[in-house]
Amino acid sequence: MSTETLNGAAELRAFLHGLPGVDRVGVEERAARLAGRSVKASAKAEAIDLAISMVDLTTLEGADTAGKVRALCAKAAHPDPSDASVPKVAAVCVYPDMVEVAVRALSGTGVGVASVATAFPSGRAPMEVKLADTRAAVAAGASEIDMVIDRGAFLSGDYAKVHEEITAVKDACGPAHLKVILETGELATYDNVRRASWLAMRAGADFIKTSTGKVSPAATLPVTLVMLEAVRDYRAAAGRQVGVKPAGGIRTTKDAIKYLVLVNETAGPDWLTPDWFRLGASSVLNDLLMQRRKLATGVYSGPDYFTLD
Amino acid sequence: MPDRLSVRKTYKLYIGGAFPRSESGRSYPVTDSKGRFLANASHASRKDARDAVVAARKAFPGWSGRTAYNRAQILYRIAEMLEGRRDQFIDELRQAGASKGAAGTEVDAAVDRWVWYAGWADKLAAVTGAANPVSGPFFNFSTPEPTGVVAVVAPDSPLLGLVSVLAPVIVSGNTTVVIASEPAPLPSITLAEVLATSDLPGGVVNLLTGHRTEIAPWLAAHMDVNALDLAGALPEHVRELEDKAAGNLKRVLRPTGDDWAGEPGTARMTAFLETKTVWHPVGV
Repeated sequence: MSTETLNGAAELRAFLHGLPGVDRVGVEERAARLAGRSVKASAKAEAIDLAISMVDLTTLEGADTAGKVRALCAKAAHPDPSDASVPKVAAVCVYPDMVEVAVRALSGTGVGVASVATAFPSGRAPMEVKLADTRAAVAAGASEIDMVIDRGAFLSGDYAKVHEEITAVKDACGPAHLKVILETGELATYDNVRRASWLAMRAGADFIKTSTGKVSPAATLPVTLVMLEAVRDYRAAAGRQVGVKPAGGIRTTKDAIKYLVLVNETAGPDWLTPDWFRLGASSVLNDLLMQRRKLATGVYSGPDYFTLD
Repeated sequence: MPDRLSVRKTYKLYIGGAFPRSESGRSYPVTDSKGRFLANASHASRKDARDAVVAARKAFPGWSGRTAYNRAQILYRIAEMLEGRRDQFIDELRQAGASKGAAGTEVDAAVDRWVWYAGWADKLAAVTGAANPVSGPFFNFSTPEPTGVVAVVAPDSPLLGLVSVLAPVIVSGNTTVVIASEPAPLPSITLAEVLATSDLPGGVVNLLTGHRTEIAPWLAAHMDVNALDLAGALPEHVRELEDKAAGNLKRVLRPTGDDWAGEPGTARMTAFLETKTVWHPVGV
């Protein structure tokens, strides 16, 4: 390693460890306080539509088939086929080998195609494999890449390696947006979440994302709050806006609205668009649609009236 | 030695096998037959009703998938647990206005009713199903299946009436959301404690206390409820509830004017069954 990289690594470490610590009790209390807000009637209707337009409809199963991906794409473009006023979702998120199927199914709809890459979900693969994974997904037409960081390297303090990887993947992405998955369920502390957020943003991430959905706990409100503070502070410091995507564990409309309140109160209304905030989930969409129909008809709906996915 | 302080009981809802307070935080005072304060009961909101339907829907595959024999055992177990709390129920029925003798008779009748319906669990298919004659080389069978989630407006007979409408719904594998008697909800909640300790899976029976006129229309209109038993609905509300139930073609059982002390008969069980007919070729 040259002296220059060594100096860079030392500077990065000094910077990340110089970030102020997170007050655990305070952040949990703040998140719980904001989650207690009541959003009703017309505000709720707007929140539901906004949440639907922010959903990254996701299928990341070993059992995924082209048919299932096409069905999901149809749902992404027309979440409720019986009601044209329902907005389309932001993107469909699939494994790299399904990108082509999704791109074809979504052409002309305006729904993005996101692909996980870099040996998702563990990230345990040689660098060349991760880059090849990314290039393949971009070549197949993915407009967004969701990469995972090397949590092992991060936790053992090798921040420079994580930084290098993100930079290299960002290069490989070309025009595609890069979302960096921190997998906060494995980072152990809020301090680490804050450091990983800054690390990813300095390395060029367009979005920072909480989780793969394969590790419990997935997205939580306090973790998202810490990440929202990070993007807010990063924009103030560096002048570049970075998006946030909580993923996993968001199942109900109530959950989704709690996240929207959190965004508005922490990062600000600039982030309240699908360009800067996403919800990684699939089951939440049906609940959003059921609540939407309840508001429209005045009658509680049931899961029988929406597609299974 | 000073008198012991009395331990007042908090009566709550029974949803998904747990005893939560109402989501709305409301409660209403329940008085005895002479107007004296007895306790505060939870005053359920429409959101509690929604949560109860979700719990009942979740419990449906498991409960309807059990063998009829197993459901019979669980209903019989309910009878045993009810018998064990006989004195408590007699006290609560007397507070609601029954004489000591009448209260004892009612508790005994309620226990017997569980046993009677428990016996029906594994006989329903034989009695209401059929092997149908067809002019071809086929077998043709009709078998009864549970309807799904049944919403019940319970009658004002808080123990025997409730048991008489509850047991026939769940014996065949349905799950249910029950609105307890409004003037006398306390024995109903105590019955929920019996259910909770009887191996009955959580969510099969969900019990709400509060105003019938407030909650029943939400259940009647709910698209994820499959049937509606109006046993305790006020006569002037039956028409409105039937109208709302038409939205997703619920089965509706109108108030039948039953004498709960009388012989139950099978009508209430068969009201919440669907008949499935299947063909089998002969010799395969």
